[in-house]
Amino acid sequence: MTARRRNIQVVAALAAACALPLAVTNPGHQNFLILILMFAQVGVAWNILGGYAGQVSLGHAAFFGIGAYTSTVLLTHAGLTPWIGMLVGGLVASAFAVLIGWPCFRLKGHYFSMATIAVAEIMQVMFTNWEGVGGAVGLYVPLKDQGWEAMVFNTSKLPYYYIALGLLVATLAANWAIEKSFLGYYFRAIKDEPEAARSLGISLTRYKLVAIAISSFFTALGGSFYAQKELFIDPGSVLTTALSIKMALVTILGGVGSLFGPVVGSLLLTGIEEVTRQVFGGSGQGTDLILYALIIIGVAVFYPTGIMGWLKQRRFLVAEVKK
Amino acid sequence: MSGEILLQTILSGVLIGLIYALVAVGLTMIYGVMDIVNFAHGEFLMFGMYSSFWLFALFGLDPLVTLPLTVLMLFALGLAVYQVVIKRITNAPMLSQIFATFGLMILFRGIAQFLWKPDFRTVENSLSSGKVIFSGLHFGLPQIIAALGAVLATGATWWFINRTRLGAALEATAQDKEAAQLMGIPSQRMFALAWGIGAACAGVAGVLLSTFFPIFPEVGANFILIAFVVVALGGFGSVSGAFWAGIIVGVVEVLGGFLLGPEYKLAIVLALFLAVILVRPQGLMGRAQT
Repeated sequence: MTARRRNIQVVAALAAACALPLAVTNPGHQNFLILILMFAQVGVAWNILGGYAGQVSLGHAAFFGIGAYTSTVLLTHAGLTPWIGMLVGGLVASAFAVLIGWPCFRLKGHYFSMATIAVAEIMQVMFTNWEGVGGAVGLYVPLKDQGWEAMVFNTSKLPYYYIALGLLVATLAANWAIEKSFLGYYFRAIKDEPEAARSLGISLTRYKLVAIAISSFFTALGGSFYAQKELFIDPGSVLTTALSIKMALVTILGGVGSLFGPVVGSLLLTGIEEVTRQVFGGSGQGTDLILYALIIIGVAVFYPTGIMGWLKQRRFLVAEVKK
Repeated sequence: MSGEILLQTILSGVLIGLIYALVAVGLTMIYGVMDIVNFAHGEFLMFGMYSSFWLFALFGLDPLVTLPLTVLMLFALGLAVYQVVIKRITNAPMLSQIFATFGLMILFRGIAQFLWKPDFRTVENSLSSGKVIFSGLHFGLPQIIAALGAVLATGATWWFINRTRLGAALEATAQDKEAAQLMGIPSQRMFALAWGIGAACAGVAGVLLSTFFPIFPEVGANFILIAFVVVALGGFGSVSGAFWAGIIVGVVEVLGGFLLGPEYKLAIVLALFLAVILVRPQGLMGRAQT
């Protein structure tokens, strides 16, 4: 694929994404689109650490939660606009990530993944018992101010849609810049050939820390956005391991270490979740869970490289046949 | 705090810790032999509990009487999981493995919810009910029987691995798959065996718990994180390590909950876990990772 053709495709996709909510006017459907964008965005953020640098975190909800709580506390206690609060949350999450990453990056493979689960679960317990941030009850985003400055929109879902789209584009752009720069090569070297990378003088820990700092920053932005969209957060919604797993899952489904993989993955996973919930859910019979699980197992067993990997393979095979 | 309360607290920690050890034995065995972390392990325990419950509710058979039947069923389930899913991801990237077993976890919870509704169920008035008072200390009889049963099952597993030819073959596969294969030990069968025994151990723990713990589709979630901690603390793949680590985790959990408040129980155990894997990643009794 030539660079020009790719550029045209990207611009076309962006234009379509901008126009889409104008055609979809049902607020429920618009909310569904926002969810797709949001999980795509945190998936892309997760991918920086988990996909490119190969450090499988199953505790990214900790960063998401830090983002959500920081911007919400700054808004309710200091009246700071979530636009600034969001950036502060991102920086706090980055600082926390580096602090956690420093010891944890000595661990490899499963050990690292399980350490990240432990960190996020401890965070959940701490926030559940921290009365200063609402404890188990949670925090409400005040409804009195509305509009762009307060990032609260009561009458229309459209602004949320465009904010989510903007965040996704920004995260993708950051990811693309990393992929093209020396960092992208370093990250991949850390993932595929850590020993070789070290023997070439690349400090593994330093670049893993760079990866987790960037990844957690963008994950926290997603968390702040979630708080503004839902207008309510509690440890059970923004700090659960289920959320961490979902960030990884959209990426795996779409394609680990591929720029647009998480976007494709979120489209599919969020879509499947919604459809199974609409069709089978509500009865409390678990049919939606069963279907969801079968898809996850199917992808893990039959398409370990995700949808993007499968497409690439197919394209490769088609090109081979044409030769 | 009086000495009596302290002793009571520590002993109840030991009792629950012995069950944690049994849950972790299955998990550590699967990990040791195949390098796969089984996120669905708590669901094996859940199925063990339901098997025990239904045999009791439908036929009036006591959990302790139906234990062998449940063990057989769980062993078969472990084999089936290996044959249908795990076999295909033996050499897949770690991420695929994590998500395959994670998918199994959701699948099993969904199946339990579909078949048996999300209600809480309990086994009432089984053979093992009542209290034991021993020089001023109070214990539930179910807890004591469960702990004894867990010790027996853990001991049997240890004996199997360390004292039988088949166990030695399993251990050989865990240490060096290729070399074991060259000696004529079929790796795939050993993998299947590890899944069968692993599931059966969790099933036994489920049966033992069923006399005093509520039974519901998500019950495995209460045990899986703790079991991970026990496995890491004892050393991945070490049965005797899991035994001692289970006791330590049980005591730390109950004692920590007593001192800081029960809401911090899980956090304390996880903090212990982090401290251990950072200081000594191979665990108390595990083989050093090469």
